[in-house]
Amino acid sequence: MTQISTDDVRYLATLSSLQLEDEEVEALRTDIERILDYVAQLGELDTSGVEPTYQVTDLENVWREDIVNTYGVDREALLALSADIDTKQIKVPKVL
Amino acid sequence: MAGLSSYLHTPARENVERALSQAKEHEAFHALLHLSEEKALSRADLIDSQEKKGRLAGVPFIVKDNFLTIGEPTTAASEMLASFQAPVMATAVEKLEAEGAICIGKANLDAFAHGGSTENSAFGPTKNAVDQTRVAGGSSGGSAVSVALDIVPFALGTDTGGSIRQPASFNGVVGVKPTYGAVSRYGVVAMASSTDVIGVLSNTVETSELVLDIMAGRDAKDMTTLPDFFEPLSESAPRKIGVIKEFMTSDVDSEVRQKTQDYIDALRGRGHTVEEVSLPMSKYALAVYYVVVPAEVSSNLGRYDGIRYGLRASDATSIASLYGLSRDRGFMPENKRRIMLGSYVLSSGFFDAYYLQAQKVRTLLINEFNALFASYDVLIGPVVPTPAFKLGENTDNPIHMYLSDVMTVPASLAGLPALSVPAGTTDSGLPVGVQLIGQRQSDALLLALAKEGEA
Repeated sequence: MTQISTDDVRYLATLSSLQLEDEEVEALRTDIERILDYVAQLGELDTSGVEPTYQVTDLENVWREDIVNTYGVDREALLALSADIDTKQIKVPKVL
Repeated sequence: MAGLSSYLHTPARENVERALSQAKEHEAFHALLHLSEEKALSRADLIDSQEKKGRLAGVPFIVKDNFLTIGEPTTAASEMLASFQAPVMATAVEKLEAEGAICIGKANLDAFAHGGSTENSAFGPTKNAVDQTRVAGGSSGGSAVSVALDIVPFALGTDTGGSIRQPASFNGVVGVKPTYGAVSRYGVVAMASSTDVIGVLSNTVETSELVLDIMAGRDAKDMTTLPDFFEPLSESAPRKIGVIKEFMTSDVDSEVRQKTQDYIDALRGRGHTVEEVSLPMSKYALAVYYVVVPAEVSSNLGRYDGIRYGLRASDATSIASLYGLSRDRGFMPENKRRIMLGSYVLSSGFFDAYYLQAQKVRTLLINEFNALFASYDVLIGPVVPTPAFKLGENTDNPIHMYLSDVMTVPASLAGLPALSVPAGTTDSGLPVGVQLIGQRQSDALLLALAKEGEA
């Protein structure tokens, strides 16, 4: 049985950029523990010598010409999606 | 239910007006998040005035609200994107509109397509088309119910682990998950990139076949698309079909098994050879799925930072709290579970035991499928272990909800085409679907076989 503590949950939240409310932590702890417990069955299998599968298309290195394509979207339309813009820039809280 | 030809022989405006009034009449099911009334009617008038008609001229349809469309919100049923107006259009929608189809609205889903009941929508659940106390299934629940209620003849959905097939089965409509890479995903909200597929829910197999024929093909905007291989088959030949033994155990509802058996008997009756086959690795597919998919989800949902678009917490005082608060408020609990689980299985110290091991077991599963397809054209089994469950029945334990995906995730992990075809109803009237799975790029063969059963 995989044991997950509330500190583990808070650490995972930090890794995931989620600022959880206190009351969310315990429910997530139980759920994550249950799911990890379920997927632990994968450990029963001997996979030595087996290659992992990361994709199923068999496509490799799909190239295109190195030319700019805006896909029909202009800068203003993209900037307009942001909640806080100022003269063609997106504003954020102080970083440093 | 009106077939496609009756739509094609009716003025576009009449089709759209009928679809809009049906949508309003069935508001209680909460299948739709947005109706694009004016836009759809003006497009209908345009199509009626044109001389050259496309293959779907004047046919109304609905898209799941994780397809980007211009002119209305694209929410992915989340607070994060509640007021998001996409600047680009999904290639799939563009291709259908180029053939004269008219998108009349956007369907409800589990937020970011995470779920199997549409109960994870930030805007409330969709109700099952035949019993409003039951779930629509998911995540393409709104799309399935829109078709089942005959609002439109087809709707688009996405299927990452069963999100088209399962709601199709729960509502008694056709659900088509094509081969991975068959249809461009450009302009569709990404969930798990190695299994995400765009497909169709429809009232007849023929409709799905035509829609897939239009959507399929390589797209320079999506580097994972395959060259167009899809060519509808005009006739069906005798096939060799394998019944997946592991899908017919006593864990599966007896009425669901019986309906599947009836469908199999009918296949035999039409001259196909049917034998029992074994796919032992299918037992582990769900565990593989719930490692691989959260990993990919945690990565794909990293883009929602509250800065460039989407919900931004206005009270954030630092860059870290801007990310943290925006994401905490923008995501539903199931989104957070998957993101955090993904962070866990990808973190150093756990990577080999979970993520790498899951991707290796995925190889073993694919090998088993390949071995079966050396001798069989099609595999068959139920879609879901049960008919539609009650609203709220599986919301307190995520594992109970995930178990509903147990027979749909194997085809997803292997990138195989799979259909859900209506196979009658239980004694209490709940729809049951049968699943047909084929080897990669055999989509046309599956559809031909399903069409034959419909006649």
